[in-house]
Amino acid sequence: MNKYIVVWVATLLPWLAFSQEKVEGMVVDSGASNEPGLPGANVYWMDSQIGVVTDIDGKFSIPYKKEYNKLIVSYVGYESDTLTVNAPKTLRLRLKASNTLDEVVVQQQRDDIQKAYFSPQNVVTVNSAELLKAACCNLAESFETNPAIDVNLSDGLTGTKQIQMLGLTSPYLLITQENIPMVRGASQAYGLTFTPGTWIESIQITKGAGSVVNGYESISGQINTELVKPLTDNALFVNGYGNENGRYELNTHFNKKLNEKWSTGLYIHGNKRTQKEDDNGDGFLDAPLADQINVMNRWQYQDPEKGWVSFFNVRFLNDGKQVGQVDFNPGTNKFTTHAWGSEINTRRFDTSLKLGYVFPELPFQSFGFQTAYSLHKQDSYFGFRTYDINHESIYTNLLFNSIIGDTRNKFKTGLSFAYDGYDELVNTADYSREDRSVGAFMEYSYENLEKVSLTAGLRVDNHNRLGTFVTPRFHIRYTPWGQGSLRGSFGRGKRAANIFAENQQLFASSRQINILNEGGEVYGLEPEDAWNYGVSFLQGFNFLNRKGDIALDYYITDFKNQVVVDWENPQEVSFYNLDGDSKAKSFQVEVNYELLTGLDFRTAYKYYDVSTDYKSGRLQKPLQAQHRLFANLGYKTKMKENGSQWKFDYTLHSMGEKRLPNTASNPVAYQLAAYSSPYNHMNAQITKVFSNAFEVYVGAENLSNVQQDNPVLGADDPFGPNFDTTIIYAPIMGRMFYGGFRVKI
Amino acid sequence: MKTTIVTMVMTLMVMVTFAQDKNKKMTFDVNGKCAMCKARIEKAALNVKGVKYASWDIASHQLSLIMDERKTDPMKIKSAIVAVGHDTKELKATEEAYESVHPCCRYREDNTDDSGHH
Repeated sequence: MNKYIVVWVATLLPWLAFSQEKVEGMVVDSGASNEPGLPGANVYWMDSQIGVVTDIDGKFSIPYKKEYNKLIVSYVGYESDTLTVNAPKTLRLRLKASNTLDEVVVQQQRDDIQKAYFSPQNVVTVNSAELLKAACCNLAESFETNPAIDVNLSDGLTGTKQIQMLGLTSPYLLITQENIPMVRGASQAYGLTFTPGTWIESIQITKGAGSVVNGYESISGQINTELVKPLTDNALFVNGYGNENGRYELNTHFNKKLNEKWSTGLYIHGNKRTQKEDDNGDGFLDAPLADQINVMNRWQYQDPEKGWVSFFNVRFLNDGKQVGQVDFNPGTNKFTTHAWGSEINTRRFDTSLKLGYVFPELPFQSFGFQTAYSLHKQDSYFGFRTYDINHESIYTNLLFNSIIGDTRNKFKTGLSFAYDGYDELVNTADYSREDRSVGAFMEYSYENLEKVSLTAGLRVDNHNRLGTFVTPRFHIRYTPWGQGSLRGSFGRGKRAANIFAENQQLFASSRQINILNEGGEVYGLEPEDAWNYGVSFLQGFNFLNRKGDIALDYYITDFKNQVVVDWENPQEVSFYNLDGDSKAKSFQVEVNYELLTGLDFRTAYKYYDVSTDYKSGRLQKPLQAQHRLFANLGYKTKMKENGSQWKFDYTLHSMGEKRLPNTASNPVAYQLAAYSSPYNHMNAQITKVFSNAFEVYVGAENLSNVQQDNPVLGADDPFGPNFDTTIIYAPIMGRMFYGGFRVKI
Repeated sequence: MKTTIVTMVMTLMVMVTFAQDKNKKMTFDVNGKCAMCKARIEKAALNVKGVKYASWDIASHQLSLIMDERKTDPMKIKSAIVAVGHDTKELKATEEAYESVHPCCRYREDNTDDSGHH
């Protein structure tokens, strides 16, 4: 019994000890006749951590401690009062009105909401300084110094660079320009070459499942390009480029701030190659004769007071390429057997409008509206084959951003609408179709600024060919310890494959085109449907007082259905629905380290296992190097006051062997080995910045001068049965020097 | 009559002044010096129920807030901030709370802007 009492008293004691002595009272307005109470006044002990606010009647109750004796009462619009209080008691505090406003200041603050370093998504941002490391020339060529993206040649004629992420080619990526889907449909093959490099402000690369906000099509990742803005770009910018193979490019930007709210920019790009180049002596041009005019006009409206931001863009593009035999003359040899040739002419018109509204009083709440229209016309022929495609596209997206409770819980929700009209003619077969989709999405993100953040998105779409379907995507980040970041993601993507536009290289071959399925919604085939899962780990470190980081990631893309492109019979290319398994697995380890002040080193090793069940059995994806090594060294001298500086950059791509499509049924002369040999590809560039206004650069591509000796199979008989330009596993152009300048005012 | 009107006007004024705002904006000084302080201050503020938005500026030491006045008041937020070791104009952190911050955040010793160092 005694024990219980002891326990009871012991439990009570601390309560008693802390049973609070209080100062209670009321804060009143001394100026008014009946001295009304002042609700919301601050009452606190000087130099303490104890404070309270008076209630609706002006009453308050504040704990008393002996250490404190100065009680301060303050209230907006009244003079503060300090009283000496030496014992708990009840007080009536009279405040006098004053004319000075204190404390409450309404302040506009728009930044700091986005904390990219806490992002749950595996995003790499490529800024303009990085883009300058490879000076030439367009978006397709902007990824040479970045290990997240692999760049391959798509065919042996056009020199078009094709990009890959996680072992999958660009059709499986969502490529957007300022968040509007851009390189898709008819522009899939050459679209990346239609964005000049100088127009690019930055690129965001998201590996794996992306966000649901911009659509359901992305499967292995998203690439977003931000273009230069009229308000922030140089008033005048001129860039000229030339290389020894006769490619010339000219870029000019004019930007003008019209008034406080409006700015406009005019961007003109032209490139040309008239010099015929046949280094390997196969009778075919190593690079196309080309001609491009690309003009864009942007208008930017900004009213921070009212919270409006808007962009309006118009762009016109005319691109012409001629490829084929060196002595091919389009005027006289077209559709004859005198010489094999091809012309690809593209005209494109784009316009887009973006409207953004940030609630001036609520920086975390905003509306966004974007709409885009594009018309893409490609007229082309390849020997006797013709391929014409017109693609008209409309895209509209309405977005609302806000919070649930506080800014740690955010959400985005909205609606989107897309229309794609295709007029597609392959020789005489008409594949015209119209696609329409409408969707609704919701994305929730949680960010507690510390250990965990996540993004969970869901969208529901109705598409006239893909049906009604749900696209979930999820990302999570966990910080186990300092400078460490562990991420995981999964998500679904679904798309209609545009088999001809995406595989245009097939036309420049004698392969017969087969579509093996019937009854499906797109070319008789079923839509592609895949899930992507990934984990990644990033660790920053300090070694010998210099900063570095190491990143590892592993992703799997698992196709539920895929349109298999089967090149395994050298006389045919077949398209069919996946029957069995198709998985793309990729592993990457990347290290960044500052070796010396100004000397940065980046290296990466990549391993791919991309296997698909073909009709002939399970095979690795052709022309894919399973092992790749990447290294980049960059050195910058210290910048002088006028901005002058030297910059040196060196990049190495080491490619392992690639599996070549089966050519065993060809005559011996046209047979290829089962695997290509490994090779090293190196680029280097030196930039001399004279001042903030002027710089020049020189560089070389393919320093080790590796070349594929037979990029055109059957080059001796281009109208024969073994003509094939699709098997490209190494560079076609040998060592090549280039130079250029930039003027910025 | 006059008194009634005065009283009415006064009552109304008080009502107007105290119409409780769902999205009340305010800023006040909080002492600190670096990005770690920023994370700590913002987290403490957001942990107070009713605080929707908190952003502390390293250079000016200003904490900008948006809060639901029906659920919280500035003193509650300040108490939460001093509890994690950061002084405000009115309330001061205890020695104990102040000592709990990371050594690089000791703003009382050296109140310079360290934003570049973290």
